[in-house]
Amino acid sequence: MDFQEKLVHDLVAKHGTDRENLLPILQGVIDQERYLSEEAILKIAKEMSIPAADVYGTATFYSFLDTDPRGKYVIRVCKTITCAMKGKNQIIQAIESFLKIKVGETTVDKKFTILQTNCLGWCHKAPAMLVNDDVYTELTPESVVDILREYREEN
Amino acid sequence: MTTTKKQLHRIDLIFKNEQDCKEILRNALARSNQEVINEMVNSGLKGRGGAGFPTGLKWKLTAEQKVDEKFVICNADEGEPGTFKDREILTRVPHKVLSGMAVCAKIIGARKGYIYLRGEYKFLVPNLKKELRRFHDILDELGLDFRVEIFMGSGAYICGEESALFESMEGKRGEPRNKPPFPTEIGYMDKPTVINNVETLAHSYTILKYGAKKFRELGVKDSRGSKVFSVSGDTPIPGIYELELGMSVQDFVDDFGDGDTKAVQVGGASGFLVPRKRFGKTSIGYQGKLTGISLPTGGSMMIFNSSRSMYNVLNNYLDFFEEESCGQCTPCRVGCQQLLKGIKAVKRGEKPASYLDQLLKLTDTMKLTAKCGLGQSVANSFSSIVENFREEMIY
Repeated sequence: MDFQEKLVHDLVAKHGTDRENLLPILQGVIDQERYLSEEAILKIAKEMSIPAADVYGTATFYSFLDTDPRGKYVIRVCKTITCAMKGKNQIIQAIESFLKIKVGETTVDKKFTILQTNCLGWCHKAPAMLVNDDVYTELTPESVVDILREYREEN
Repeated sequence: MTTTKKQLHRIDLIFKNEQDCKEILRNALARSNQEVINEMVNSGLKGRGGAGFPTGLKWKLTAEQKVDEKFVICNADEGEPGTFKDREILTRVPHKVLSGMAVCAKIIGARKGYIYLRGEYKFLVPNLKKELRRFHDILDELGLDFRVEIFMGSGAYICGEESALFESMEGKRGEPRNKPPFPTEIGYMDKPTVINNVETLAHSYTILKYGAKKFRELGVKDSRGSKVFSVSGDTPIPGIYELELGMSVQDFVDDFGDGDTKAVQVGGASGFLVPRKRFGKTSIGYQGKLTGISLPTGGSMMIFNSSRSMYNVLNNYLDFFEEESCGQCTPCRVGCQQLLKGIKAVKRGEKPASYLDQLLKLTDTMKLTAKCGLGQSVANSFSSIVENFREEMIY
């Protein structure tokens, strides 16, 4: 059993094979692998005895259930109105020039992916972003680089 | 000469530090179901997610269903642009929300409850789990057979729509269902379900503690009680404020604006834009105010000053809706795309200004024919922005 097989097997064993457990199982794979590969989707379908098309169809509905490879740290910068008003573009530019990739891309070392996302619910502390599940608010082009430098320099 | 600004009355009920939920629950559980339902109905509490359905009636209708299995769901899929109060409530007073769920469960006869928490708020989970353990111990002590679980969303605005939320919990795409049937009859797993917003449940705790009468003393006519507002945009004091329902937008702007307020978006991207000339005539609440327009809201108040382009604001909203439309029904899927394309074409001069009128007709069609609140409400911000700031759309 390879890592992914064991991961899917354990998640299905933990949550159960009923359809209503699909989201927690997909989320469990994302937690470990950052995205849902075709192989992972096929394994989930087999373990839960539901069509792979249903698994894929469900996964692609949700913006946090990525089906494209992602870096270890997924940066999601809020682009909705208040963040847009409070300098979201400058934040994106600072991230892009620090990581030397564009929005939608992943660094070659597979450490970071930059994405934009809809309202994160921090409009009173805009601009805001998520790095995986962690929230950062009231960003400036300087502070965002400091934050990402810490992620880059860890271990 | 300085004019004295009237400061809106700040309410301190929801966030008040009260640790007596065991007592409140014990008392509420000891009362008859009918008595508690009456208290809720008499309070006049309406759903605080934005739709404004009477909470007591929702509980009553679900209680009347003769079905063994029922559910209570707390809708914490707070995704409306400009709204962030539910997170604050779940952070500071989760026990009030859970108490509301437990009392509702006892009345309708549910043994299972869920908090559907948006994926963006995953960092709340460790604390919520701690709170749940504490709360379940209290329930055991009081002898109520009820358990609450957290269900995580995964980044889809539409899942805040109750029937889409059920679909999502059932492991499917979050596509809204046709209504009727309503959740009070057929909800999660096709069972009768009470689904309430986080704030609504927290208010029910206040009502159970202080009584319907005290709650009704706040607010006006059909809009009773206080409301938690999320204030953002061009304001020196952004944040979360509990205020009385029924205030005028003018009073709100006097209190929260930066002195140069051009417009206020009430109710988020799916709500209405109120231009300066209407501040005095518009109030915040549900219908039934004596004069002027009354706007319902989930509490999102976004303030724009004169430096903001209303074209950019509308463009941002439409970009949001176009992405968040579930794509299931044509009026919404294609409508959102065409509105976005349309305003860009007018701005670039590729279409005449009169094309805006065609787009307004399109929003009328969406209002009539879209399957759920998302597609139906795009018309709100679109028409209120285009009609009041037409020049900004063109030049």
